Formats: sequence, C-alpha cells, structure tokens
Amino acid sequence: MSYADDHHHEHDDHAPKSWFYRYVWSQDHKVIAVQYASIAILVGLIGLVLSNLMRLQIGYPGQFEFINAERYYQYVTMHGMIMVIYLLTALFLGGFGNYLIPLMIGARDMVFPYMNMLSVWVYFLSVLILLASFFIPGGPTGGGWTLYPPAVILPGTPGHDGGIILMLVSLVVFIVATTMGGLNYVTTVLQARCRGMTLMRMPLSVWGIFVATILALLAFPALFVSGVMMLLDETAGTSFFMPALVSMGQVTDYKGGSPLLFQHLFWFFGHPEVYIVALPAFGLVSDLISVHARKAIFGYRTMVWAIVIIGGLSFVVWAHHMFVAGMNPWFGFFFATSTLIIAVPTAIKVYNWALTLWRGDIHMTVPMLFALAFLMTFVLGGLTGLFLGNVSVDIPLSGTYFVVAHFHMVMGVAPLLVVFGAIYHWYPKIFGRMLNDTIGMWHFWITFLGTYVIYFPMHYLGVLGMPRRYHHYTDYQFIPPSAHVLNELITIAALIVGAAQLLFVFNLVWSLKHGRVANSNPWRAASLEWFTPHSPPHHGNWGATLPTVHRWAYAYSVPGAKEDFIAQNAPAADGGQEPSQDHEPRQVPA
Amino acid sequence: MSIAGTLPLNDRPAPAAIGLWVFIGVASALFGLFLAAYAMRMDQAPDWTRLALPWQLWLSTALLVAGSVLLSQAASGSSRSTLIGAGVCAVAFVISQFWAWQALADARVSFTGNPAASFFYLLTAMHGLHVAGGLIAWARVLRRPARERVALLARYWHFLLALWLVLFAALGWLTPQIVAFICGRGWA
Repeated sequence: MSYADDHHHEHDDHAPKSWFYRYVWSQDHKVIAVQYASIAILVGLIGLVLSNLMRLQIGYPGQFEFINAERYYQYVTMHGMIMVIYLLTALFLGGFGNYLIPLMIGARDMVFPYMNMLSVWVYFLSVLILLASFFIPGGPTGGGWTLYPPAVILPGTPGHDGGIILMLVSLVVFIVATTMGGLNYVTTVLQARCRGMTLMRMPLSVWGIFVATILALLAFPALFVSGVMMLLDETAGTSFFMPALVSMGQVTDYKGGSPLLFQHLFWFFGHPEVYIVALPAFGLVSDLISVHARKAIFGYRTMVWAIVIIGGLSFVVWAHHMFVAGMNPWFGFFFATSTLIIAVPTAIKVYNWALTLWRGDIHMTVPMLFALAFLMTFVLGGLTGLFLGNVSVDIPLSGTYFVVAHFHMVMGVAPLLVVFGAIYHWYPKIFGRMLNDTIGMWHFWITFLGTYVIYFPMHYLGVLGMPRRYHHYTDYQFIPPSAHVLNELITIAALIVGAAQLLFVFNLVWSLKHGRVANSNPWRAASLEWFTPHSPPHHGNWGATLPTVHRWAYAYSVPGAKEDFIAQNAPAADGGQEPSQDHEPRQVPA
Repeated sequence: MSIAGTLPLNDRPAPAAIGLWVFIGVASALFGLFLAAYAMRMDQAPDWTRLALPWQLWLSTALLVAGSVLLSQAASGSSRSTLIGAGVCAVAFVISQFWAWQALADARVSFTGNPAASFFYLLTAMHGLHVAGGLIAWARVLRRPARERVALLARYWHFLLALWLVLFAALGWLTPQIVAFICGRGWA
C-alpha cells in the first residue's frame, strides 16, 4: 500500500475523480478531518444554544415560559453530553487527529483509510440518533449528562421513555466510531512514521492525540458496558443497576440492582474522558506556543513523559467524582491522593510552557493569544481542582456552582481556547487561505474576557452555597438578592459570548473564498506538515517521495542558521537537532 | 521497539498486525470491565443465585478449541479445507451456544430473572458477537487466503478462545464468597 512505499505515482493518479468520492465518501484523512470537524462544530453550536437557553432561565427566571423545569433539565443534559462527547472528543481526535497525524509524521494517509471513512459516517449516525431525541414524544433525556440510574429511567424524569434509549444507542454507536478511528490513529503513529521520524521526534500535538486515543480506546468500553446494561434495564427489564423501588406509588419489577455500580463504570470512563479532551489540547498548545514564541519547547522529553504519566494516572482517580456517594474513608483517601498527584506532571507542563515563553520572540498572533489564554484558564481551573480533589472540601462544594465553574474552566473553556487557536493556526494549511485577523481578534477578546465574566462569579456563587441543577432560585431565603444580580450579569455575558461564536463561524466560511491567500508556511513553522510539496496537500500528501526527517519539530532560533527555523526535513547538515539524551548538544554532522 | 529508535520501514510489522493487537486490547478492556461489573454486582446484592451451567457449554468450548487448532494449522500452511473446517467449528460454536441458551430457557432461567442469568445471557451474547465478527473476517480471508492473513485470523481466534475460557470460568465458578475474599473480607 502506498503509505509504506517510498515512491509513489504522482498524487492525482490515485485521487478519486468524482465529487462524491472526493468530498463525501472520501478515504482521504484530510477530507475526513474536515468532515469530523464540521459535524462537531455544528452540533457544538446546538450545545451552545442550549447553554444560552439555560442561562436565560437562570438569569430571568419565569420570563421565558417555554423553559419549564422539564425542558431545562433536558437542555442541561444535552448540553453536557454534546459538548463533552460529540464536540470535544470528536473534534480533537476525529478532527485534529485525522488531519495532523499523517501530515506530522510523514505518512500518506491513515493505515486503514476505509475504516477511517466508516468512522466519520458512523459518528454522523450517532449525532443523528442523538438529535432525533429532540423530536420524539417526551423529548430527550433530562437525567443529567451523567445519566445516573435509577432516576434517569424512572417516570418523573423527562425523556425516561424514548429519550434515554436514543441517548444510550447514540453513545454506543459513537463508541463504535471512536474505536474505528482510534485503531487507525494508534496504528498509524506506530507503523507509518516516515524515515527519521522517531517517536521522540514527533511533535507534541501527535503525542497528545496518540496518548488520548489510547485512553479513549481503554475508557470508552466502560461507557459501552454501562450503556448496554442500562439499555437492558430500560428496555428488557433486567436489574443490573436498578434497585427494588417504589416509583410514583407503583412497585416496580426491579430488584437488587446497584446504582453505585453504574457510577463506578461511568466515571471509570468519565475521568479519563477529561484527559481525552485535555491531552490533545496540551499537545496542540505546546506547538502553538513554540511556533509563535520562536523557541524550542522547553523540556520536550518531560513534556512527553508528563503526557504519558497523566494518561496513566487518569485511570486511578475516577472515584473523586463520587465522594458524595459515600465510600470507605480509605478509598476516599486513596482517590484524593491520586487526584492530587496528577498535579505534579500537570505542573511540569505548565512550567515548561512558561519557560518556553521566557525570553521567547513572542508574536501576539491570534493563535498565540488563544494559547496564552489557555495557559491562564487552565491554571485557574486546575487550581480549583486541587480544592475539589480533597474529600472534606469537595463534599460541601460538590452540589454548588463552584463545581460548575471548575469544570467549565478546566475542560470547557481551556480546551476550546486551544481548539480556536489551533484552527486559526492550521486553517491556512487546510484551505490555503488565512482566517481574517480582525474578526479573529474580536472573537478572541470577546470569548476570553466573556468567559471570565461568566465563570469567575460562579466560584463566588458556589462558595455562597448556590446549588447547581436547580431550575430556578426564587424563594430560597439563603440566596441573597445580590446573587440574582450576578446571575443576570452571567446570563448577559453568556449571550454575548454565544453570539461572538457566530463571528468565528462566519470567519470560517467567509475566509474560504475571501481570506488572504496563504503561502505554504505562513507561520514559518518547523514541523513536517508545513513542508508538503503542495499546499493545501494533495491526495497522498507527499507527491512522489516520502520525506525524510533529520531533527525534531522545534528547531527555532538556532544560532547560525539561515532562518529562525529549520524544517524537520531539511538536510541533517543544517543543524538544529534535538538535544541528545545526555544533555549535550548534538554534534552537527559535517 | 525502543521508544527513541525507529525500525527501517520494511522491517515493521504490517499495519493489520498492529491494528489487531490494538483491537484485542480494546476487546480485553471491554470484557474486563464487563467482568468487573459482574463481580461488583454479585458483591453488592443479596439476591445472587448461582446458575447450573448447561452441559452444552463444554461442547462449545471443545468446538472453539478445535477451531483454534485448525486455524493454527492453516496458518502454518496446510490446506484450504483446514481453513473451512475452522469456519465450520465457529458456526457450530454459535449454534451450540444457542442450544445452551435454549436449555436454560427450558429450565425457566429468564433473562430478567436473577442477575446471574442476566449476566450469563449478556456475556455469552457479547462473546458471540465477537465470534460473529470473526466469521466475517474468516469469510474475507477465505476469499484470499494469504499466509499472513490466516495467521492474523488464527491470532484473533486464540484470543476468542482465551476470552471464552475466562468468561466460562467466571460464569461457572466465580461465587460471591470468592468475590468477598478478593475484596479482602475473608471467607464470608
């Protein structure tokens, strides 16, 4: 097959001729990446609208009559599930993973292109199933994105009949899609790297996506297991999770099931899921910072090992989401400790980013602004995570807006800032035109400042004791009037930030035709994807001959070099090789 | 492969070989989690009743072993009929599993009754689906039986066999007492 051959017929010999096979039923990883990203962004916009509807209710309770309690919980549930799974997971792995892995490691395509194509269409099917639940009687499930039994399948919870079935089926289908994609990403990274591209020369973007994919392949089965078993509880009447109970005065047929078992399975998936989203963001932002600060990433090897260690640790912390469910104090102690230990490799990453910026030649481009905003936001969200990792602090705060603020900062806003930065960064490679900078600046500042106006006050509301998951907050004496004013402010900010995302979408579409034409390497980056013979790359990526790599992806500002970057595939004699393992600068071959 | 090193391109294993190992990893995670759920459900509920496993499961086991042996032989270059024989064993395995279900159903062991039964049907069905997927792969290999393709099919079959042995052992001989012992509470 073509990826292993050094010599390849000129690209277009193999490229499909008809429009349908080129852009719809395509096996080209670049097209699949755009398909994945487009579907994810569209469904993400739905998730955004849902969040704005929720904020309307909280900021102006009772003024929008159609947002009754039932609908409110449906919005909450669908917003959470869409953003975490169908937007972020799909965009990072399916979108960025598909586009960047083959180009960054010098491969012609993914190793199983047909399965790759199936992956995106199965993903699309899962989205359709999910969205279909808006249109069935009873509507989508309103059990919260964690789908805890027994509530989620009992009458009294919105969507307990059809909505939850569609949700679970959609998740199972999504997992099939992710597995097909994930097999591709892992195998491609292991098998299809070009000559000279050692694992320790791969850009951190690839490392982040690679390790996140391994996490996905091992963690999604837990969601699959819990999804299948819950589906059987709901449709067939088994009692895997459902205890014996009386519901609305009726004795149900369930007996002996364990809701706690579901929580363990769900969070055994759910916590690694945080890092399935975060690790690609870590990787991508490392590359953005290095390119736009014109400096090699500081501590590349520790960055790689930090990604791997975070990935490993993410499997032994899950029960910190269950402190309030009650557990043996020794378990709480274990999970609190393992949770806090994750702060060590994470802090290493933050220091390395800061030290990469230190005395860098920082270009305040739009991608860089988003990268810097990510750093701040991630540190802030991470620090509140240290609060919540402690059992004694978590228990009083767990039911409040403090938690909402924490997880939105750390796994909502922070990864999305990277998504934006990365799209501004790689758009010219994908489409051959730059995104508009002015719109980009507006988009950045409104999003960045706006999200702080949204989430900063939520910490305060949480400490004040404002409970999350409530439909309205009128007539609660412990909530002072000032909290309502703050809620109104948050809602206004959320609406503005929501609207600002339309600027971004407009920019994406408008720049396709009207953007400034980009040269093949507009950011003067050193990594391999910027050195394709054609830009945007054609089918098969590398023309007749696969590239050969002679250095890592971070040869910036090398003393004595002709330019302030050296391409990964420039001749070895140009220098700029990675520091060798014994911490001596590598000798440049004569 | 050392983490810093890289093999020359032509010395690398075929992508399908790596892909299969990764898939085996995913399937192992899946069944490992099913078994964890099985043990935890057993441990957290007072209503557990052990199933008397139908004898047909021994027949199924023998068929799966036979399929594995035949595929090993097919992979080391024996005739096409060996490959076909392996497929026949797989189909017979699925039929034998249905027979076991039938035997249980005749004994009034219903899917929604005791959780032991629910798990039995669920886990055998999940394993059966993986055998069915293997049969699709088998049909594709039969159309073009290159040596390395048969070898990969054999590897998957050994995995299906190993998986079945673990499932069979767990379904037949894992008791609440053993689970309690594993959880450190001694023999209840």
